[in-house]
Amino acid sequence: MNQTATKYAREIEDLFAKYPADRKQSAVMPLLHLIQRDFGFINKQAVRDVAEIVGITPTEVASVVGFYTLYHDTPQGKYRFQICNDLPCALRGADQFLAELCKSLGIQPGETTPDGMITVEAVMCLAACDKAPMFQVQGPQGITYHENQTVEGALQLTKELAGKEVKA
Amino acid sequence: MSNLLLLRHREIPNLNRLDIYVKNGGFKAFQKAVTGMQSQQVIDEVKTSGLRGRGGAGFPTGMKWSFLPNNLWPHYVVANADESEPGTFKDRELLEQNPFQFLEGLAIASFAVQAHTAYVYLRGEFWQQAAFLDACIADMQKAGYLGDKLFGSDYSLRIYTHLGAGAYVCGEETALLESIEGKMGQPRLRPPFPAIEGLYGKPTVINNVETLANLPYIIENGAVKFMQYGTAKSPGVKIFSLSGCVNKPGNYELPLGATFRELIFGLGGGIPAGRKIKAILPAGASSSIIFADEKALDTPMDYESVPALGAQLGSASVIVVDDSIRMDWLVNKTVHFFRHESCGKCTPCREGTYWMSHLTEKIVHAHRKEDVQLLNTVARQMQNKCLCALGEFSIMAVMTAIEKFPEDFTASKGR
Repeated sequence: MNQTATKYAREIEDLFAKYPADRKQSAVMPLLHLIQRDFGFINKQAVRDVAEIVGITPTEVASVVGFYTLYHDTPQGKYRFQICNDLPCALRGADQFLAELCKSLGIQPGETTPDGMITVEAVMCLAACDKAPMFQVQGPQGITYHENQTVEGALQLTKELAGKEVKA
Repeated sequence: MSNLLLLRHREIPNLNRLDIYVKNGGFKAFQKAVTGMQSQQVIDEVKTSGLRGRGGAGFPTGMKWSFLPNNLWPHYVVANADESEPGTFKDRELLEQNPFQFLEGLAIASFAVQAHTAYVYLRGEFWQQAAFLDACIADMQKAGYLGDKLFGSDYSLRIYTHLGAGAYVCGEETALLESIEGKMGQPRLRPPFPAIEGLYGKPTVINNVETLANLPYIIENGAVKFMQYGTAKSPGVKIFSLSGCVNKPGNYELPLGATFRELIFGLGGGIPAGRKIKAILPAGASSSIIFADEKALDTPMDYESVPALGAQLGSASVIVVDDSIRMDWLVNKTVHFFRHESCGKCTPCREGTYWMSHLTEKIVHAHRKEDVQLLNTVARQMQNKCLCALGEFSIMAVMTAIEKFPEDFTASKGR
């Protein structure tokens, strides 16, 4: 048994029960979600572990990691502030929101604060078009939505999450 | 009692609790189907109701079910909760506020095609909604609405959730199936269609969340009562997701055939002060753009009337654009989306969205006529050549914006 299999033994058992016995590959995405949540990214060893658990090649697992935007193969901020600036949100000021939040944090979109806590990035539609500006936070708690946001409110949240003062 | 059919939770507090849902008539329809109807009768009733798919394609639901062969087993039902179209946010409200009505609909659909396993495919961002749905499913199991020998019959059913991980293309039904199978979400070549070879190579029905949420009403009250809402060819109600330059964005439940004016200027509270309505995207970022003139505003929003304006009703995600917005900026946004979401499998979409985004980015800054012509050419080269609808969607706003608002692409004034 590899490390991933040991760590998630109970979850893997539950996952396999959801799918037909000969379709273990279906457990790839839920397993990757667990690893992404707990480690913030999916490293090569985890890819090999998952491949072994479900019985496919590491390349096939890596293709899944690479295809879907919520899986990351490199570490970034502990909390990823993912701001939707697609058309409907942009019509409600999402671009300005993104720019101002980044400016306040002293980073560019896609970058991480020097303490490694917060990454801010633009993402595609999050199905909350009527409540823009909005973003989701991807981190150790999974994913949470934050709607009808102000820059001040978002900054406050970064402080709470990072547990420290952020220069405005 | 509620006057709303789908957004009943707005009138019945805590409808997302099993006991409240049951107290308000919940699972009567599922019980009626399982204990008092043949599966074929359920299919016939839904066929008669004229219910059409609410995910965007508008395909008749009962007919979709009837394509499943009776000599290939097992059958699967998959609920499409991958809601990712810019401008669409209706399924999310149902999942959070009225989940049992949707799950009862999924159970009815499963019984109709005699599936014993159903999956709910949620976009990865609906992490919390999936956890909530898992709890709802566990409650149903405990109360005897899921499991073996339901209501004393021989019918058994289990429902499981499956999370995607951020890919718009997985709303396309064959890409969605690939994703459940643990692969990249790339659409399959069709035929074979999912009704014959779907999930795990077995006959599969894929229905949108909102479509399924209509079923309890239809089975409990009968097709005829359902048909009192909407128009003859587009019966029933629809959730319209209203967004963009409008005072009161949000989800609104209206009978199909209500006009754009009723939605935008009635319920939506009109356009912000000092501005005028310019255009409408009736089906999200995938939409052709229509002039918001008097004729368009008085057009009924149904599956027949919107195409007469050169667009589609789609999932009824109405994005309103006012006169402060330039179309070059707008198509740069929509093209950027499709470029990001193109799965890369077929060349016209992969390369086409890439080059269109280069051009729209350039046009926003330089407004050169040659670039606009080239953009239009690239879009037309892609037309009818893409493997799935995503590529075809990506060009709709581009071509119609250039055609209807050419001045926005050449003059460099305003936003």
